[in-house]
Formats: sequence, structure tokens, C-alpha cells
Amino acid sequence: MTTAGHHWRKFKDFLAQALTCACAVVVMAPLALVFYQVLKSGIGALSWAFFTQLPKPAGEPGGGMANAIVGTFELLGLAALLGVPVGVGGGIFLAEYGQRRVNWWVRFAADVLNGVPSIIWGMVVCALVVVPMKGFSAWAGGIVLGFIMIPLIMRTTEEVLRLVPQGYREAALALGIPRWRAILSIVARTALRGITTGILLALARVAGETAPLLFTAFGNRYWNHHLSEPIAALPLQIFNYAISPYEDRHRQAWAGALVLLLMVAIINLAVRALTRERLGKVP
Amino acid sequence: MTENQDQFNPVLPARVQPRRAPGTPGAPVSAPEASALVIRNLSVSFGENRALQEVSLDLPARAITAIIGPNGCGKSTFLRALNRLHDLVPSARVQGQVRLFGTDIYGPGVEPVLVRRRIGMVFQKANPFPTMSVADNVTAGLRLNGLRDRALLTERLRESLVMANLWDEVKDRLDAPAISLSGGQQQRLCIARALAVRPEVLLMDEPAAALDPLATARIEDLILELKESLTLVIVTHNLQEAARVSDYTAFFNMGRLVEYGATVKIFTNPAVQQTEDYVTGRFG
Repeated sequence: MTTAGHHWRKFKDFLAQALTCACAVVVMAPLALVFYQVLKSGIGALSWAFFTQLPKPAGEPGGGMANAIVGTFELLGLAALLGVPVGVGGGIFLAEYGQRRVNWWVRFAADVLNGVPSIIWGMVVCALVVVPMKGFSAWAGGIVLGFIMIPLIMRTTEEVLRLVPQGYREAALALGIPRWRAILSIVARTALRGITTGILLALARVAGETAPLLFTAFGNRYWNHHLSEPIAALPLQIFNYAISPYEDRHRQAWAGALVLLLMVAIINLAVRALTRERLGKVP
Repeated sequence: MTENQDQFNPVLPARVQPRRAPGTPGAPVSAPEASALVIRNLSVSFGENRALQEVSLDLPARAITAIIGPNGCGKSTFLRALNRLHDLVPSARVQGQVRLFGTDIYGPGVEPVLVRRRIGMVFQKANPFPTMSVADNVTAGLRLNGLRDRALLTERLRESLVMANLWDEVKDRLDAPAISLSGGQQQRLCIARALAVRPEVLLMDEPAAALDPLATARIEDLILELKESLTLVIVTHNLQEAARVSDYTAFFNMGRLVEYGATVKIFTNPAVQQTEDYVTGRFG
């Protein structure tokens, strides 16, 4: 054990630590950059009117994105209506009922679906919903976002159900409780926090989807009065404003981006709170 | 027994009357009292692995039978076969008969759910449902089977907790989370939960293995009291415990029943050398 060897070993150790530290900084930097840029450019255009008024005609300054903000929530609600029951149900099947071989195929399908580019989802739903209904609609937008949510929710639901100790299932069945009831009232109830976390993460993921909405929800300058009509959404509005030639619209696009970013950040904070409490509570 | 009890413990279709077949292969070691469970040629295998082979014995009603044997001898496999918990494991295969007061619980058309309402189970690790309060845990078996009658639920709640010697300790904190109780209390809570559906047989898989001596003593006292009203089968690693509480003892080894008889006889004058070696601590 020479001193030189000792120093060389220490240096390698230091090098490894420095490299991983640098990577961690590289992870943090883009997030800081995004927040800084969006905050700087967007905060100026945020005003009461931005949250309460409809867009003004092109070229005319002022107005807001009230319809797009509400539209995003409506679309997320519709998406959850489709994505949550199917995703949670599929996850329950995978974790509780499925045989190994069937599960392999279902998981494979979910993983492939998860990798399908969102623009393709938009085209497919356009062909399956928009064309037969003869028009863009909130329904189509909700359906496309719901489809994107399904595999995400399904896999997280399966994971958290598998974490529920087998002892609870056995205890429930040993009481003569029917299996479906034991799964719903005891197993899924025990994993509820985790399932909710998965749903929130899926919502955060689709909240900013733009491409699939281009030819489904389409966007709308006015309020959406019926779900069978086109509907405005924040990402669409941002897109349209960002490519427009007017300075005021660019500022509003930044403000829209800020609102969308905050929405996603708040959802992620909620997820943090949920998972933190879970760690503190369950023994 | 109230009328609701019938609704909650529908009698299984009486199909087969217990028949004694002396002299045939696997003839049982008969116990003198009426048998709650008559087990014939019970085998359980998981895939290629035969965990339990051709076990036949009669478990007397309102008595405590201890199942002893070294690790991996098939004790727990045997116990879990008695309320069809192996149904959960896709690779598990159960052969033979288990007759509960005359009805084969593996017979055609028999619902495992109904079997389990008559044959309850308590596990080694206390497993109260973590999202439920003390009271909700006790009544879970009734509520999740659709019982809504509040008066009856309250009555059963108290009755079960009193039977499980837990009422005095928890009567003021029935709404507290079940996992806030101590380990010994949690195990008695699980016993109360099993008693609330009024089973005829209670299976216990090493119910005191994870508890300190004081909590163990309380569980053992409780087991002795429960003998008044139901049939108990207890798997245990603790030979002193088996000797203290049980009336009959079955010694298993390598997936087979080696010897079965009155506990006093098994512990003082066993017929098989292997049993003697085990109970005197020479092997196992």
C-alpha cells in the first residue's frame, strides 16, 4: 500500500463524485432555465384580464385566455373520465387476476401504447371520432388525452397494487369476503394513495400535450358551449399565439406557458405531498 | 344465534355423509368425539413439488388440535388447504377430501367464499386492514358481505372484542386506526375480526410466533377460552405451546402425517420413534 497508490485511488474517487455531481447540475439547469425564461417573459402579460377575458381579434392588444384555461380543465376532466376507469381497471386486472402469459401481452401492449407518438394518437382519433362526428370537438380532444393516460395509469396502478402485502388479501378472503370486494375495498383502498399519485402524474403529462389536440379539439376563439364543438386549450393557444406575427400575442403566449407550467408544477407538488405522507404513515 | 346468522352462514349443500372406511388405505386415526373436520387422502402440490401427501385425520369438534413439525413439513400447507386458500395460487393442486360436518369443501358446486365464512383463519403476522379503524376491522367480514344493520354490527363488534379479550383495552378507541394498537393487541384484533363472522372452525397459523411472552400468554388463554364455542386448529413451532393448549397433536414431517393422537400421549409416550426424537428435541 504505497502512498502514491493511495493518492491515485483518492483522485479516482473524487473524479467519480465530481462527474455525477456535474450530471446532477445538468439535470437541474434546464428546469431552472425554463422557469427563469417563462417567468421573465410571461409574468408581464399576466393580469386579471388574462384569466377572465376571451382573446381579442388578431392585431388588437389586450384580451385573455379564459376560454383556453377553462378548456384545458374540461379536456382533462373528459380525459380522466376515460383514462381513470380503464387505466385503474386494467391495472387491477394485471396485479390481481391476470395469468402470467396474458399479463405479458397486456403489459407489452401498454408499453408500446406508451411509446406511440402523440401526433399519431391525434390522427387516429381524428379518423375514428372527428370524421364520423363531422367536426372537431371537445369529446375528441378528451378521448385522445384519455387514451394517452390509459397505459400510464395502468402501469402505476399495477405497481402499487403489487406493493400491498399478500397478507391483506388472504385475511380478507379468509373472512369469506368475495374476491372482487376484497380487491376493491381492501387491496385498492390500501393502495389508494399510490393510485391517486399515478392518476395525477398522468394528468400532468397530458395537460401540456399539443400535437394530438391539433386535429381533435382544434381550438376555439370563443367559449365552448357544447362538448360536440371545438374547444380551446392552453397548449393550442400557446402554439397559435407563438406563431402569430403580433408582439402582444407573443407576450400572451409566454403568459399562457407560465400558467401551464404552474399547473403542472402544482400537480407534481401534490404528488410529492401524497407520497411523503405515505412514507410517514405506513409502517 | 340470531336469524341473521343463518343468512351469514348459509349451510353448505349437504352432499356426502361422512363414511368411515376402516382398513382402507389412509384409514384415519379416529378421535373419540364428534369430528368437525374429516380429512381423507389430502394431497397438495405446487407444480412438480408435492408439499402434502395423502394426509388423513379427524379433527374433533370443540377441541384444540395442534399441528407440529419441522420447517417445510407441510403444516401451513395443510392448514391453508382447510379453508381453500390454495385456490389463490394458480400452480397449486389439491386432491382428496376435507369434510366439514359432513360436506366436502372441495366438492362440486361448493363456493370457497362460503367455506371460508365457516372456517376462519388467523395468520402468523397480525394483519389488521391498515386503512380501517379498530371497529371497522372487526366488522369488515360482515360489512363487506353486505350486512347493513347497524344494531347487529354494534352487537357483533362488542361480542367479538369481548370474546377476544380486547374489549376493555379498546372500548374507548374504537375509531382509532387499527395499526395504532400494539402487536399483541393487533393479533387479538385479528382474532376478533375472524370471530365476528361466527365461524365454526378457526385455523391459526403460528398466532403467537411474533409476540413477546406476555402477549403470547394472553393469546394462549384466549385460545383455551375459545374452545368452549368452536373448533381450533393451531400450527405452531413452539412445542411448549402445543403441550400447554392443545387436546390433540398431529406431527407432520416431509409432507406426511407421522403421528396423531391425544397431546399427552404424543408428548409422553409417542408410538413412532421420529415423533419422540422431535418432541424431545433430538431432531428438527
